[in-house]
Amino acid sequence: MTELNTARTHSLNFAALGRSEPTFELQHETISLEVKNLNLFYDNKQALHNINMHIPKRRVTAYIGPSGCGKSTLLRCFNRMNDLVDDVKITGEILLDGENIYHPAVNVADLRRRIGMVFQKPNPFPKTIYENVAYGLRLQGINTRRILDDVVEKSLKGAALWDEVNNRLHENALGLSGGQQQRLVIARAIAIEPEVLLLDEPASALDPISTLKIEELINELKSDYTIIIVTHNMQQAARVSDYTAFMYLGELIEFGSTTTLFTNPAQKQTEDYITGRYG
Amino acid sequence: MKEEGFTQHHISRQFNIELSELRNQFLSMGGLVEEQLANAITALVTRDYHLARQVATSDYKVNALEVTIDEESRIIIARRQPTAIDLRLVMAVIKTITDLERIGDEAEHIAQMALQMEGEASDKYFIAVNHLGDYVCSMLHNALDAFARLDTESALQVIHESIKVDGEYESISRQLLTYMMEDQRTIPVILNILWSARALERIAAHSRNICEYLIYLVKGKDIRHTSLEMVEKQALHAP
Repeated sequence: MTELNTARTHSLNFAALGRSEPTFELQHETISLEVKNLNLFYDNKQALHNINMHIPKRRVTAYIGPSGCGKSTLLRCFNRMNDLVDDVKITGEILLDGENIYHPAVNVADLRRRIGMVFQKPNPFPKTIYENVAYGLRLQGINTRRILDDVVEKSLKGAALWDEVNNRLHENALGLSGGQQQRLVIARAIAIEPEVLLLDEPASALDPISTLKIEELINELKSDYTIIIVTHNMQQAARVSDYTAFMYLGELIEFGSTTTLFTNPAQKQTEDYITGRYG
Repeated sequence: MKEEGFTQHHISRQFNIELSELRNQFLSMGGLVEEQLANAITALVTRDYHLARQVATSDYKVNALEVTIDEESRIIIARRQPTAIDLRLVMAVIKTITDLERIGDEAEHIAQMALQMEGEASDKYFIAVNHLGDYVCSMLHNALDAFARLDTESALQVIHESIKVDGEYESISRQLLTYMMEDQRTIPVILNILWSARALERIAAHSRNICEYLIYLVKGKDIRHTSLEMVEKQALHAP
């Protein structure tokens, strides 16, 4: 009887200990990207206000927030897509493995190879499925058939599309469904083995089943890549991400483990947003 | 976010209505259970068989409310996917009504004990259990009141009181045991009183659970099965 009591006490203590530690804690993570004092201006209008955050390696980080809060702008900062927009001024730093990606010596094409991006609307090239995936390698001057075959197969498998297309690799990619096209675009992005994948609303144009397939894919990809996703769908952020950042009017309001953010957010603004309240 | 405020201000007015409705149903279930308990104790200590029968035959109302509230919570989860405080409210309500339903059962149990009392029983056997009954009644009342007002300080007080109940129950058991040893003919009556005291002790524990769910609801920290210091820390810290 005494033994039984001791065992019970122990299990309770254990439970209490286990509960005090959330599943994910930023301080225990390896950091992939570090944002330091980042400000962004479109002309004179400031779109991002002094953003500071650490993005953990091989985890899924989601950005949520109302339209115009700056989440897509920030996402585009990670592979310098904003360079393509006129009159954009950026101050501050983003460090990829400790090196500032905005340093003048950085080769942007090289950076974008390391940080791949997938957009809201699937944008396959009007080429065959095979050529879509092989495109990045051909750009790098790799034309050896055997290497290309391997990479195409591996990438399509990685994007959970291989089983659906392996018998029609040389058909036009535009013949695929929207969900398949989006996975093809992901396969194209991972073919060149980036370190980070940026996903800008990757499932918002897809039906629920295709959305679930993309979400499942994100979950599988995170063992190899750091994934950053922008989504309007809060339930999607809650389902797929390990960490969630809430942005509002160009500021980072709260950033933490997804579980905590969705069950017990620290900031009232976050709570109002995720519970659908007006502030 | 005091009192009703936290069920309001959603962009969806329908969601406000559903959450308010859930909260109201929950509070009326609390009121009903409180009434059942008070009646059961009165029936026991005054040997009012009529009142005891009324308690025993009214438990179905508590059960019905439990089922209704569960159903409403289920619909809210399925249709609204609540998050943050809304999620914690629904979770706390689901957990709390289980305890309320058990309290209802215990009250019915006390009423059954009252119905089984046969023959004359000296009032002196009931003094202690009457006192414990009043104490537990006010604990339950304070727990539900704290829930209605989202008042974690009062909840903490109820948790402190529940610890005293354990001691009280032990001393009642010892006292009743003495009566039984003094006069074996009292055993059937006193056993019933003892079981009633045991039911009251369980009700105190359920009231404590309710307060723990409330602290979870308001502060977002699950403090079940933790030390009293931890409970105090969470209950009193600013959110």
